[in-house]
Amino acid sequence: MSVTYIDAIHQAMEELLEEDPLVFIYGEDIAGKFGGAFKATKGLADRFPDRVRNAPISEDAIMGMAIGAAIGGLHPIVEMQFADFGTLALNQMGNNAGAHFFRTGLPVNVTMRMPCGGTPGGGPFHSQSVEALFAHYPGVHVFTPATVADAYFMLKQAVQIPDPVVFMENKFLYRWLKADTWLEDEPLPVGRARIAREGEHATVVAFSAMVPEALKAAHDLAEQSGYELEVVDLRSVKPLDTDTILASVARTARLLVVSEDFPWGGVASEVVSRVVAQGMHLLDAPPLRLTSKESPIPYHPDLWRTHRPSSSTIAEAARYLISL
Amino acid sequence: MLCNEAAGPCLSCDLCCLSFRPAQYVFYQTMCLISTKCGRIMARVSELKDAALRAYRAMCTARAFDTKVSALYKAGKIFGGVFLGRGHEAIAACEAVFLRKGRDVYNPFIREMAGRCAWSDDAVLESARSYFGSALGCMGGKDGNVHWGIPAQGIPAPISHLGAMVSVVAGMMFAKRMQGVRDCVGVVNIGDGATSVGAAHEGFNLIAVEKLPVVIVVSNNQYAYSTPNSQEFACASLADRGRGYGLPAYECDGTDLLQTLDVMQRAISAARCGEGPQWIVADTLRMCGHGEHDDASYIPDEVRQKYAHKDPLEVARRELMEQGWLDEQEDASLQAEVRDFVQKAFAQAQREATPNPQSMDWSAVSWKPVRT
Repeated sequence: MSVTYIDAIHQAMEELLEEDPLVFIYGEDIAGKFGGAFKATKGLADRFPDRVRNAPISEDAIMGMAIGAAIGGLHPIVEMQFADFGTLALNQMGNNAGAHFFRTGLPVNVTMRMPCGGTPGGGPFHSQSVEALFAHYPGVHVFTPATVADAYFMLKQAVQIPDPVVFMENKFLYRWLKADTWLEDEPLPVGRARIAREGEHATVVAFSAMVPEALKAAHDLAEQSGYELEVVDLRSVKPLDTDTILASVARTARLLVVSEDFPWGGVASEVVSRVVAQGMHLLDAPPLRLTSKESPIPYHPDLWRTHRPSSSTIAEAARYLISL
Repeated sequence: MLCNEAAGPCLSCDLCCLSFRPAQYVFYQTMCLISTKCGRIMARVSELKDAALRAYRAMCTARAFDTKVSALYKAGKIFGGVFLGRGHEAIAACEAVFLRKGRDVYNPFIREMAGRCAWSDDAVLESARSYFGSALGCMGGKDGNVHWGIPAQGIPAPISHLGAMVSVVAGMMFAKRMQGVRDCVGVVNIGDGATSVGAAHEGFNLIAVEKLPVVIVVSNNQYAYSTPNSQEFACASLADRGRGYGLPAYECDGTDLLQTLDVMQRAISAARCGEGPQWIVADTLRMCGHGEHDDASYIPDEVRQKYAHKDPLEVARRELMEQGWLDEQEDASLQAEVRDFVQKAFAQAQREATPNPQSMDWSAVSWKPVRT
């Protein structure tokens, strides 16, 4: 049976509620008949009325409440309605949850789910990818699943990990990305990147919705030009699996990093920085970054498609990289 | 409706106690203490004897601690800032004497040293360790001064961002409710300045919506760092804010031990008994700078004069002696005892090992990915 990315997230949460009496879900509009802005929690409040609860529109307090609940022994999962609004909880996540283990020796088992990434018509404030902001803080893990199986397994792993985890769900993938054999996959441990496609001419590092775009670019480029791109799916941007990236760069000698986020100080910059610092001798060409434009995310679908990297701009960048 | 003979004795006393004006409260106190026909209230004051004496001991301990740490700061022995609770002792001690470590949640912050002392005898040593960054302290030198907490014991470690801990205490009480723990209460401390912070508003509202057993104590010491109340909020009283969240609001003179004790006892009992969150505004004046680096020269002389005879320790001592619960000799030996206690704690903390940067685990996370 074909399952979507958001179905997998729903199923993971349902099983977590069944398996672990300490799990509860807290967020805006997630309970009642509504079941969340994207229906990720649809029906869960019927089964677990005390453990799937609506919150006031208070992102800071939602996250603070989850921190307190985790200190009290619970395993809260909070839903930010959009990752764009998750910045309102940045202080609680970075300064409070993130610093907590270091300061007190007690980790805070909070999972913060955030629908991120752009969709046509989303506009500047319902489209952002804020993983770099959260990953900046010590003490926070940031997961960016790009497959149906990862959406399911990594959410379950996020709750098992005793530290705060930011779980970035890409809403472009919610209903677009489907899989048939997702549960049969043996889950990779968190912290390990995945070689999504093997290739010899260049390494393309991607995460979240940029993974399917990179795979399509690799497919198209192979058909059109015979170049084989190796696509590395980071899966989690923190921890960042530098080993897998470097091993891939050692095979291909060229690196393109793709991110849907803004260019300044993002995950793409971090990956390039690490590869240059640890593996400059592996490179035959300067590493390239392909990110969204340095402007807010535009509303009109034609503008939006041009603002973010796509399979065609990834293929174009890879072709240029290989030509160097 | 006040407690006098004409209005009838006891029922109206309860109404007085729930009234929201300090003026009425003082009237209630005065009337009740001198009324011979109001036995119930006389009984009530005597019920508070044990709590009053414990609170007073905590207040004296905190004052002795503050005196010592201020001297150490001036001698250059403390790494960062030093933040005293002078003027806040009655408020902090009175809230904490009604809490039980291990069951309740207590969130002290900058000026609640007296509350920490009332919560636990370990507070003096832990606070001294916190200022010295002792490796044996609960924060191990990774955080310091007033930031220490032992979350597993119900005393969360506050972060500097004012208002952030309100929702954290809400979550700790939510966890107790979900795990079936009843008969518990959480106390959140906030100042006049922090009531302006967005995170605090979000937390208050969340507590009210979830009807959590939390008592929010707003210590209005009239200055948020250097900013007076007039530039901090425009409502007539901060009690109005509590009412705005739908909470029962109390006001008291936070320099008056018995009055503050009475209000705290009622509010904490109400929250503990399932009557939902409670809001207390306790007025005082900060009798020091924001930190010891600050001479508070922005506080006008007339304001200082108004509080010249309202040092909470002096008021408490006078009240306890008037009640016959304390005499000069007992007080003198108490002062000597707490000074020795504080001195020993500082001496011990100062001798203890400091954290070793080479051997320390610098990891900010408890979980690490498996590398193969």
